[in-house]
Amino acid sequence: MSAELVVFFISAVVAVCGALMMIVQRNPVASVLYLILSLVAQAVCYIQLGGLFLGAILVIVYAGAIMVLFLFVIMLLNLRGGEELGKPMNAISLFTKFTIPTLMLVELLFVIKESFASMTGSNGADALSDGFGSVAEVAKLMFTRYLYPFELTGVLLLIAIVGAVVLAKSEDSQPTAEGEN
Amino acid sequence: MVPIPAYLVLAMILFGIGAVGVLISRNMIVMVMSIELMLNAANLALIAFSRALNIMDGHVFVFLVLTVAAAEAAVGLAMIVTLYKNRDTINIDRFDRMKW
Repeated sequence: MSAELVVFFISAVVAVCGALMMIVQRNPVASVLYLILSLVAQAVCYIQLGGLFLGAILVIVYAGAIMVLFLFVIMLLNLRGGEELGKPMNAISLFTKFTIPTLMLVELLFVIKESFASMTGSNGADALSDGFGSVAEVAKLMFTRYLYPFELTGVLLLIAIVGAVVLAKSEDSQPTAEGEN
Repeated sequence: MVPIPAYLVLAMILFGIGAVGVLISRNMIVMVMSIELMLNAANLALIAFSRALNIMDGHVFVFLVLTVAAAEAAVGLAMIVTLYKNRDTINIDRFDRMKW
């Protein structure tokens, strides 16, 4: 068993266990922390696949910034785990909620199997081109072939910022009273 | 050398866990987090295919998906804050006014 395989196995187990713990936790703060664990393990997989830049971005932007936003909202709303459970799910809805993802997984498994039966010869064993996954190569693609999609994501972020501010703004605030709410 | 299908199966499992999380959780914040997990599973598959085909276009797609996920998280959390202000709860079972 090569070292690469061991690293992949450990990070895969950590990623799956972190994700499972995230959805079964009652306390939302613990959920966020388990999701961060899972994301860091996924970043290890990104780096193994040659995506050094994206692994760094995943840890810095995702685990660092977006998850802090989640924590911030949880603490702002002062949520406690398990304070209200509501009525328990009945058997039919529970069955449906596990059957649909299972069917989806079986379908995905067949797609993967088929796509790799027709994709012989390129199983990741061949040598990579120079600078694969480096910042310079990603930037070169992003600012030449994918310039318009890149610019459009900038517009999307602007719309998201405006939308978030409009949604979360309290309605009774005066436009002139700045810094009050 | 780790075979590429192993990464795809990992991405598949993570996507499935995210889908189950969206369906079974009652806390809206955990639902948004499960959607983020599903987007990340798709990213892992994109990077794995990028590695298998030795072309870097997948990395740009992953970058765009990360941007969309950030925007989605910001808007989703703003919606959750607004809902909490109006109804004093974020339990998804309480928002059943449009349920048939």
